Amino acid sequence: MKLSKIAAAFVATTMVASPVLADLVFPSLSYRTGPYGANGIPFADGYADYFTLVNERDGGIGGVKTKVIECETGYNTEKGVECYESTKGEGSLVYQPLSTGMTYQLIPKVTADGIPMHTMGYGRTSAANGKVFSNVFNYPANYWNGASVAINHILAENGGDIKGKKIGLVYHNSAYGKEPIRTLEELAKKHGYDLSLLAVDHPGQEQKSQWLQIRREKPDYVLMWGWGVMNQVAIQEAANIRYPMENFIGIWWSGSENDVIPAGAAANGYKALNMHAVGNDFPVFGDIQKYVVDAGKAAGAGDQVGTVLYNRGLYAAMLAVEAAKTAQEIHGTKDITAVMMRDGMEALDMNAAKMAGLGMAGFGPEFKVTCENHGGPGLGSVTQWDAAAKKWTQISDFGPSDMDVIGALIMEDSAAFAAENNIAERCN
Amino acid sequence: MLYREAGDFKTSYSKDQQTFPIAFDRWGYFLTVAFAFLIVPFMINDYWLNAVILPFLIYAIAAIGLNILTGYCGQVSLGTGGFMAVGAYAAYKLMTGFPDLNIVFVIILSGGVTAMVGVIFGLPSLRIKGFYLAVATLAAQFFLVWLFNKVPWFYNYSASGQISAPERSIFGFAVTGANTLPHVSYLFCLCFVFVLAWMARNLTRGANGRKWMAIRDMDIAAEIIGVNPLKTKLLAFAISSFYIGIAGALLFAVYLGAAEVGEAFGITKSFLVLFMIIIGGLGSIFGSFAGAAFMVLMPVLLKNIMVGQLGWPTDLAAHFEFVIVGGLIVLFLILEPHGLAQIWRIVKEKLRLWPFPH
Repeated sequence: MKLSKIAAAFVATTMVASPVLADLVFPSLSYRTGPYGANGIPFADGYADYFTLVNERDGGIGGVKTKVIECETGYNTEKGVECYESTKGEGSLVYQPLSTGMTYQLIPKVTADGIPMHTMGYGRTSAANGKVFSNVFNYPANYWNGASVAINHILAENGGDIKGKKIGLVYHNSAYGKEPIRTLEELAKKHGYDLSLLAVDHPGQEQKSQWLQIRREKPDYVLMWGWGVMNQVAIQEAANIRYPMENFIGIWWSGSENDVIPAGAAANGYKALNMHAVGNDFPVFGDIQKYVVDAGKAAGAGDQVGTVLYNRGLYAAMLAVEAAKTAQEIHGTKDITAVMMRDGMEALDMNAAKMAGLGMAGFGPEFKVTCENHGGPGLGSVTQWDAAAKKWTQISDFGPSDMDVIGALIMEDSAAFAAENNIAERCN
Repeated sequence: MLYREAGDFKTSYSKDQQTFPIAFDRWGYFLTVAFAFLIVPFMINDYWLNAVILPFLIYAIAAIGLNILTGYCGQVSLGTGGFMAVGAYAAYKLMTGFPDLNIVFVIILSGGVTAMVGVIFGLPSLRIKGFYLAVATLAAQFFLVWLFNKVPWFYNYSASGQISAPERSIFGFAVTGANTLPHVSYLFCLCFVFVLAWMARNLTRGANGRKWMAIRDMDIAAEIIGVNPLKTKLLAFAISSFYIGIAGALLFAVYLGAAEVGEAFGITKSFLVLFMIIIGGLGSIFGSFAGAAFMVLMPVLLKNIMVGQLGWPTDLAAHFEFVIVGGLIVLFLILEPHGLAQIWRIVKEKLRLWPFPH
């Protein structure tokens, strides 16, 4: 009896796939469990809270309510496939998997299904070339921009000359961590520094040997492409070997509160890149407090508001909402589909006035997406951790990256992808 | 009553020795195969295929492979994930190196490559047994994953180290890549499963299967009665790896489409397949299917009930899933150490007498 009930429930849940066009559906392939959960939670909370805010404050996007469907992936690609398949039938408008491995897997699928995917600051970097990747967007910045911004920061600190300097890269031994290597190698040729590579295997709890090597080789700077528990361990290990923290620079995925707090005072001075603003000194947070937190509608435990990765989730959701608005304008209908959403993303124009109107003036860089350029301007800033105040501070403006080097690499990699998959160039 | 042997007479040895000697079993088997080949393709959609059925079919192949080695031949292996990776990378290199090669041959050749690698890592089994062999195969797991990460040739020097399957078709229907139709990839995998399971069943019933079981039950006695342990054990390693390689190739090419060795073929995969055969039943082809179904279906079912029906937060559901699946494994091992296959056997015994047990 019970078994048949469960079976019935199973069939009912899996069979119900008829899209109800009442809501604008934004799936959230989140991970709140596992070794990457500490970083996945704030992002998922920020993403969900912004949509709640839009529903509560503005009554949805253009009057149509939004709906976030969360699906737990645990940063596991097989569960990601299951999540994608189970949510795509519900009228999902845009996917943001927050995992480079999953992105690689979903690129052909979303393109075949006509659904856009936004991989903000992660995923396949060459997707910035909209001529080849029609349905994938990675504005406002990607890993290769990140690598270049970090090198630019080091250049600025050394008066523009880093010839012969030693730079180490501690990276997650996966597609994610390997992405910047090529760019850093090209930049090494250009600027004449020595690059040494130190891979850390998933999940990254064991890094003794890598940091022993750093202690022996004494690189002038260490860059890090880490995620999840790997970040905390790396910062702790760096503190253990007394590596000067101000010479230790993480990518934007290695620069949240969760990563530095476990190391305590020793993490003071650690730097990380960012593509948006830190802190909660924006009018939008007042609205979040009023409409979301105080109303008891905050996602998760509601304790992440204003943290770095929460802001990133918020920013990702804001860009999605703005793209949806653009799509509504272009197509003159409020009930947009995934195909229309794609057009909206391709025509997205984030200017200062728009951001100020949202209560997020200066939250991110100004940019405009075009058919050719899905990658945005590629600007990045450097932030630094103040352990005493437990706060990230932005220490540089959104600076440019070396697009001469990156642009050529993007063209090369996307051309290879186009040749492999027989894709004809668009936007001509 | 239902399960009747009375009147089921055999008039020749070959009839007496067939795989399903009882008519009821035989008809059940025919019906299942007919259902799988003729009815399911018309009902299947993307979700069912990718969430449940493809992983079930592919893991069933892997479980049969490991069952040949561990269940029938008694050689414990923790290298399944590594061998699946060999299959996947072989498939990738073959697909990109020989674009005109038919995908069926790509998959079979990937199995062949894995068989060779399996034999090499099977050599220590001649000297060591039990836990020590488990550790040796564990070394294979870590070595292979490290190798595929370290040597760029295996992933064609791509910047990210990811391998992704290009589109390949059979009779004009795409089976890999993004533009596949659900029933095509289903039937493609089902054919592999059917042929491989049929082969495995007959192999284990024949002379080789008996040699494997002799080695498993007592290797010294087996040697005394004339079983060559070198040949037998290596054959088990080769055939088992062939199956696992095919499973890895299918997992990468048909199911995932893109893979990264550390994440897709890590140590967790080895344990997953090992759990499948332990829960399903060691030394049973049916058990391999039952175990794969249990380990693939259970998490999806629990997730759909907890998140879809009860509306629980996803993280709570994910944690509960671990608790429930873990609890069920422990419960199974306590209540029925011989797995689902043994439960099925007991049910069959009961059904023979039902409803008049006396």
